[in-house]
Amino acid sequence: MTVSATSGSRSAGPGGAAGPPGPARVLAALETVRDPELDEPVTSLGFVASCTVTPDGDAQVRLRLPTYFCAPNFAFLMVADAYDAVSATPGVRRAEIVLEDHFASDAINGGVAARAGFAQSFDGEAVGELHELRADFLRKAVMAGTDQVCRPLLAAGTDPASLPGMTLGEVPPSAALQRLRERRAELGLPAGDDAWLLIDPKTGEPVRPDSLRMHLGRARLTRTSLEANGSICRGMLEHRYDNTAGLGHKPQAEEDQ
Amino acid sequence: MYEKDGEKYFVVDSHMHYWNAAPDNWVKGAEQYAKGWIECFHAYQGLGPPETHWSIEHFQKYSEDDLMKDVFEDGYVDVAVFQPTYLKEWYSEGFNTTERNAEMGKRHPGKFIYNTRFDPRDGDPGLEELKKNVETYGSKGVKLYTAEWNNGSRGYKLSDPGAYRFLEAAQNLGIKNIHVHKGPTIWPLDKDAFDVSDIDHCATDFPDLNFIVEHVGLPRIEDFCFMATQEPNVYAGLSVVIGGLMYARPKFFARVMGELLFWVGEDKMTFGSDYGIWEPKWQIEGFVDWDYPSDEFSDFPRVNTDTKKKILGLNAAKLYDIEVPAEFQLKNGGTPGAQEVLGQPADAHVATGA
Repeated sequence: MTVSATSGSRSAGPGGAAGPPGPARVLAALETVRDPELDEPVTSLGFVASCTVTPDGDAQVRLRLPTYFCAPNFAFLMVADAYDAVSATPGVRRAEIVLEDHFASDAINGGVAARAGFAQSFDGEAVGELHELRADFLRKAVMAGTDQVCRPLLAAGTDPASLPGMTLGEVPPSAALQRLRERRAELGLPAGDDAWLLIDPKTGEPVRPDSLRMHLGRARLTRTSLEANGSICRGMLEHRYDNTAGLGHKPQAEEDQ
Repeated sequence: MYEKDGEKYFVVDSHMHYWNAAPDNWVKGAEQYAKGWIECFHAYQGLGPPETHWSIEHFQKYSEDDLMKDVFEDGYVDVAVFQPTYLKEWYSEGFNTTERNAEMGKRHPGKFIYNTRFDPRDGDPGLEELKKNVETYGSKGVKLYTAEWNNGSRGYKLSDPGAYRFLEAAQNLGIKNIHVHKGPTIWPLDKDAFDVSDIDHCATDFPDLNFIVEHVGLPRIEDFCFMATQEPNVYAGLSVVIGGLMYARPKFFARVMGELLFWVGEDKMTFGSDYGIWEPKWQIEGFVDWDYPSDEFSDFPRVNTDTKKKILGLNAAKLYDIEVPAEFQLKNGGTPGAQEVLGQPADAHVATGA
């Protein structure tokens, strides 16, 4: 017997009590799993097709992607991260993550279930693990996040020339700022109040005034790329699954840009 | 030819197809890939206006008459460039080969340009085939699909020594234009499949070849733009940008266009409908009418009639030596920029508000 999550209608179950979690709590764990390329949770992107938990605590999550040929390396990261997040949910005895309708479904599902690592799951097609790839995309997220934080500052009248002298602590708190701090921390870059707002995401060095214009231009460009890419992925997913919402799916509002 | 408000536009569709992806062309044992591929393409069509959507059956295999009507009669296109995509591991006769394109095009003289392709993993026989195709079809361009599967390999890089050998051969045969498409299965899988840095190397090492990056390197627009701004012979192929964003996501479309105009510039952007994914008619009508939707885009370069004339046809006409009648030329005496703005950073004439 299983119970299914239906978009937000089920409670998380008794907090802290022994026994299996409700699907909503597993779904909450999945909200921490991001598409590394789009820097958004798999839930809000609509990638979670279903989520069930048996009374014995066996959780099964089915993931779906916008196309049959979505990049297998990113797919692997999402399935592996989902496995870790669901396994770590209190009360879950066993986690199973199933990627549906993908050309590499078998290799990815089998590899993650066996804790085999990426290179072993794709024997002969990959020579290493995916840490560096993930870091590359975190750096892109930092650049995009820099635009998300700086644009409102500039709109509010902040002089662009003052940005290189600002610290994170001097920026008014916002969700975008919090996200930028988290991405920087994940990369091991300075993220505290006294850290510079503008840094090179590769070296962590502060951005000098003479490269300010280029830095802000690249930040804006990176954000555009990431968000336009996300919008195409969402459009393809909607078409592929005939507009059926995933669990925790949040349509992207163009107004939010 | 498209005419609006007294302005006449010469239209070159620089990226379109004539494919057969119906089950009669699926390779036994690889049906799931053949089916997955065409369904993936079909989902892209879902991003266009609903009245332009096709059934999957029609989408798998459209006829010569369909193409001529959609592209030329209804679609305003003056000259179309066939871009082949072979995918013979999945499609028995190939998805969309040079031969198939030319066999159809021969009944419509003057309408088509036949690009061909190569795959560096094919070695000497591949070089022979390239030579034969250039001689037979007069190809001035090739379409390369670096993620194509080939005999156990899941892709290659354009900076590989084998690829350089083919680029040299192509150049010696008179090829000018290298259209490149990136896909998600390049080997090795632990790297970024869409990485465009290999094109950066080639563009530097082959300054007399033009590299048209189709779909502007999507999903890596940022890497593509940053490369294109430094390499005078790198162009932005707008297939997918107009078809995939203009109708479905108009604000993202405005932002992407703004970035491309800023980093790459209107002299190095070319229209391609990506037919049969999308019909050209609505794309051309919409693009001619298009402007930034609001003041929030004031940082970006402006667009005017000349911008659109260049992008819709004059730039590609220059790349392919297509003669354009005087009535379609730029009024102010300017000329399309393709290859004449070498060394000019695209942003030299704009100030960013950043």
